[in-house]
Amino acid sequence: MIDHFVVPLLKILVVLNATLVAVTYMVLLERKVIAWAQSRLGPMRVGPYGILQPVADAVKLMIKEDITPVRADKWVFTAAPIISMVPALIVYAVIPFGPEVSIFGRKVTLYITDVNVGLLYLVSVASVGVYGIILAGYASNSKYPLLASLRASAQLISYEAAVTLTLVSVILMSGTLSMVGIVNAQYTKHVWFVFAQPIAFVLVLIGGLAETNRAPFDLPEAEQELTGGFHTEYSGMRFALFFLAEYANMIVVSSVVTTLFLGGWLRPFPNVAALSFLGIVPSWAWFLIKSFVFLYIFIWIRATLPRYRYDQLMRLGWKVLIPLAIANLVVTGIVKVLWLGVGG
Amino acid sequence: MGQAIAFYTLAAFILGFAVLVVSTKDTVHSVLFLVLDFLFVAALYVLLGAPFLAVIQVLVYAGGIVVLYLFVVMLVNLKRPPEAHHDPHRRTTLGFGLAIAVLLELVVIGVYQTVGPVAAAVPGPAMPVTGNTEQVGWLLYTSYLIPFEIASMLLLVAMIGAIVLAKREL
Amino acid sequence: MLLSAALFMIGVVGVMIRRNIIVIFMSIELILNAVNINLVAFSSQLQNVVGQVFAVFVIAVAAAEAAVGLGIILAFYRNKETVNIDEMNLMRW
Repeated sequence: MIDHFVVPLLKILVVLNATLVAVTYMVLLERKVIAWAQSRLGPMRVGPYGILQPVADAVKLMIKEDITPVRADKWVFTAAPIISMVPALIVYAVIPFGPEVSIFGRKVTLYITDVNVGLLYLVSVASVGVYGIILAGYASNSKYPLLASLRASAQLISYEAAVTLTLVSVILMSGTLSMVGIVNAQYTKHVWFVFAQPIAFVLVLIGGLAETNRAPFDLPEAEQELTGGFHTEYSGMRFALFFLAEYANMIVVSSVVTTLFLGGWLRPFPNVAALSFLGIVPSWAWFLIKSFVFLYIFIWIRATLPRYRYDQLMRLGWKVLIPLAIANLVVTGIVKVLWLGVGG
Repeated sequence: MGQAIAFYTLAAFILGFAVLVVSTKDTVHSVLFLVLDFLFVAALYVLLGAPFLAVIQVLVYAGGIVVLYLFVVMLVNLKRPPEAHHDPHRRTTLGFGLAIAVLLELVVIGVYQTVGPVAAAVPGPAMPVTGNTEQVGWLLYTSYLIPFEIASMLLLVAMIGAIVLAKREL
Repeated sequence: MLLSAALFMIGVVGVMIRRNIIVIFMSIELILNAVNINLVAFSSQLQNVVGQVFAVFVIAVAAAEAAVGLGIILAFYRNKETVNIDEMNLMRW
């Protein structure tokens, strides 16, 4: 009884809280990292070294006036940020933070649930997240947000196809759709999938950048383009929700890339007994470290690369990524059948 | 018991949203209700023990097809919905009556089937894999390989057709 | 099974009553979903996965049909500026 209801509930609470706190501090992290990349210091005034900056941001956004355009569709206008945020959060139900550990003498698994179709659940939830953007643009009832939202959603669904095709080759390697199963497969095969599938790794990274509307693919929301993109008409807390959703999506993509390619919660060289002293670092710490590396890479890329033009973006997605993904899939299939045997 | 409650709740939601889909004046709201409907149908699939199908439903139907509908609705953005004026040529009540007649027929057929002789439940062929996804995959690739290939050809043709139809100049 | 019959009826009503062709297409999707629910229900009752396999095919075909249908609607709209099915009469172009 307790195992069925209380423990998952507690896990959900922990994960949700951690995510929301992490997301707000992502804002600070991003500003700091970009500032350091540009030889300046970033927010320094609020709290020591600017640590309390997110609190100030949150307060500012909450007390801002909540404007709804006069002829906007009120229900849809309110629902759009929520539709953007919810998929970003519910994906955490399948991300494995670690294997079974015992807390307070009770065996607890460090993931909320292990659905048999975990990876597919992830992709489908991401595709529902597109609605938030489309509806935001539509509900604003003005030209620029509508155009920007249509462009953004076209970008999202194009890269969704590329990422899904790439994920299929990962599934081929691991033989299962469940996230925990994929981590275990990396354990039994003695190799992190990033080494077995380097092309897939790069493709998922690029696709993940495009999926979360992150630079250099952040055309839909850049301030210099189309006067602010699909959230032009949003202010205050709703605007905050959109941005939180984007950062939450970014954390999700980092976690997913970590799980699929870098071995999730496995320590480096998990099968080499000589390195087992690395086991003093708990498994979830490994997971967090690896995810953090990817988050840093995302921010780093934003600080460094210029923005793609829209037609270049679409050309990249359809003419480069999808053929590469299909080729990767074919090669993986051939290699798996010829060399590793079907059950390998 | 809990399963029955869940089923009826889901069924109520599904039917409710379906009614809203066909009755809302605003097309965009109609599409949104369709999405919600599909999500609830996916939940129903999970309840019926088909998690793979549920996820596929969300991914393809709710996440792809309805997005397509939403796009078209926005490109065809109408100022005046087509039902704004009452058309004397259209007999709405007759349409309603015909639909109710169809439903009654279906119900009668359904009742007839359960009362009459019921075919013995044919258990599925013994499959070397367990797990819902694996079973579906096994069947898809062995017994139903040819329909699978035909379906992929169909999708390819549809893709080309849609692109050709929507191009501005050929 | 009753659920799928009811859903089917709602879809049929939608097809016959509405004039907006996009809503008609959506009602057709509702009908297809009703069929799918029926398939899955039987599959779960008879413990046979074939129903689900067939449902996958139905979803694939529905996707293809939706894409082509919407393409036709777009092409039509560009020429005639209407989505009212009463005015879409090729014999009176």
